[in-house]
Amino acid sequence: MGGILVIAELADGSVRRSSLSAITFARQVGLPFAVLTIGEGARASAQELAVFGAQRVLVADDPTLKDYVCERFAPTVANVAKDGGWDTIVMAASALGKDLAPRVAAILGAGYAPDINMVKVDGARRLYRRPMCAGNVLGWLEVTSPVHVVSVRPTEFAAAEPTGTVSPIESVALAAEDPASKQVEFVRLETAKSERPDLAEARVVVAGGRALKEQFMPVLQPLADALGAAIGASRAACDAGYAPPELQVGQTGRTVAPQLYIAIGISGAIQHVAGMKASKVIVAINKDADAPIFQIADYGLVQDLFTAVPELVKLVRGPG
Amino acid sequence: MKILVAAKRVIDPENLNKIKLSPSGELDSTGLEQKASPYDEYALETALRLTESGVNPKQRLGEVVVVTFGPKPAEQMLRAMLGTGADRAIRVDSTDDALDGTVVAAGLKALVDREKPDLVLLGYQQAEHESNEVGQRLAGLLGWPQATFAGSIDSENDLALVVGREVEGAVARIRVRLPAVVTVLDKIVHPQSVRSKHTPAGHAYPDGVRFAALMAIMAAKKKPLAEIPLSELTREAPRVRYLAAEMPPRRAAGVRVKDVHELVTKLKTEAKVL
Repeated sequence: MGGILVIAELADGSVRRSSLSAITFARQVGLPFAVLTIGEGARASAQELAVFGAQRVLVADDPTLKDYVCERFAPTVANVAKDGGWDTIVMAASALGKDLAPRVAAILGAGYAPDINMVKVDGARRLYRRPMCAGNVLGWLEVTSPVHVVSVRPTEFAAAEPTGTVSPIESVALAAEDPASKQVEFVRLETAKSERPDLAEARVVVAGGRALKEQFMPVLQPLADALGAAIGASRAACDAGYAPPELQVGQTGRTVAPQLYIAIGISGAIQHVAGMKASKVIVAINKDADAPIFQIADYGLVQDLFTAVPELVKLVRGPG
Repeated sequence: MKILVAAKRVIDPENLNKIKLSPSGELDSTGLEQKASPYDEYALETALRLTESGVNPKQRLGEVVVVTFGPKPAEQMLRAMLGTGADRAIRVDSTDDALDGTVVAAGLKALVDREKPDLVLLGYQQAEHESNEVGQRLAGLLGWPQATFAGSIDSENDLALVVGREVEGAVARIRVRLPAVVTVLDKIVHPQSVRSKHTPAGHAYPDGVRFAALMAIMAAKKKPLAEIPLSELTREAPRVRYLAAEMPPRRAAGVRVKDVHELVTKLKTEAKVL
């Protein structure tokens, strides 16, 4: 195989940490790789990307790439891959990566290994492993087309560390405009008022169940603030209207894998567990000693959450 | 407006934890109910909302065609979707192992060329493989704009849609001129997530998807359901091959702590996550 083209994603002009997971993928596979940084202001990010051992850092910087629009990004990504003879294109399985990768695959006629959590090189074969069926199965797949498109789960590939080398930086030309890009217009990005980290990227998630009732936010917010955590919820809590639906963790909600997941007043219904069981450390606080959540929790505390959580907040905040 | 909804029959997500693997590592769904992937049900609900006023749901103001790729038993799902309100259904006859994102997108492209819908709606991913790729691939093949992870849709006189894309805690609002491909999240079935050109200001739907009334289920038996062989639409072969799957390691129950003090101590010194 030729080599790997890593697509870097920018946020506010700097490289998103999840892109460093895609670089780790390239280094694990062990083939020469280039990094493409694409977007308005991409040039400024090139230095940042030049320290990871890439053969080259390629820059596609243009005012037309100001806001992410798939129809503008995909043709250039595909062209750079073709021109450079890169036969694997990899990016983080972020919202952007999941949107972009399949369109790039369609342009290149490539098979797609989505949201993988492991890669194994076995002689000439390359095997990709990915969670399926709400995390209940790990599927192994091969891509049978000459070109592979891959997205990697950032929680499962550690961010790359600098190698002590410096990669040369080159500009690349934009591809001819996709007629579809004239049919789409970026209106605006509405960021939630919350200063909290996003559920999928948070190091700590504090999640609550129906038992919190109307006290859902008043009880959980201080703990989330003290831990710098994201707030999650069980489907029961969302359905009952105690928590906004975007907080739902589970089969039909978000899938999270933080370092620490604190399940508060959550019984541990199967569909909830599916969305959080990849968490590194799970804590359960529930007054029902028989709640199924205790079967998967690393640390279980049988106590009424309305007394336990305020105590926990105090201890986490520490003296003063 | 004419809308094509693509749906896939999968193991009921409520039962995915009961899934087993055959000795050769294939998914074994024996005894598990199959139904439409929930996000595809949301896509159908979205399509119905875009082709009605919401005030008089019986009055159809557009056409919704639902399509699936799969063997004969998948028609049960199509009948259910016709009962829910789709106007027509198409089953592209194929075995599931003949399908991957490449094949389905190519087949849908051929179907779009025939049916000429204004919009293709899909769930953002199907609940078994969770590949999250068919909509994007289809848009790429068609040269149409795409809007993935849609949490809200406002029709601008059926010429364009303003779509709120849910992207990692933020909403990226884009305007796509029709024809387009849109993939939806569960948030799309909230009471005011979808506004058609006919929806009166302030109209709110009941939360979630509608259910078929018994009468509608009976009537749906008379709605057209066509069958097309896959080979008539595309000769593409899959570009991925799934090998033996494995079960993820089970988490073992840990320890019980006696109070919050012990919990914090263990999190700091043992687990080292605080």
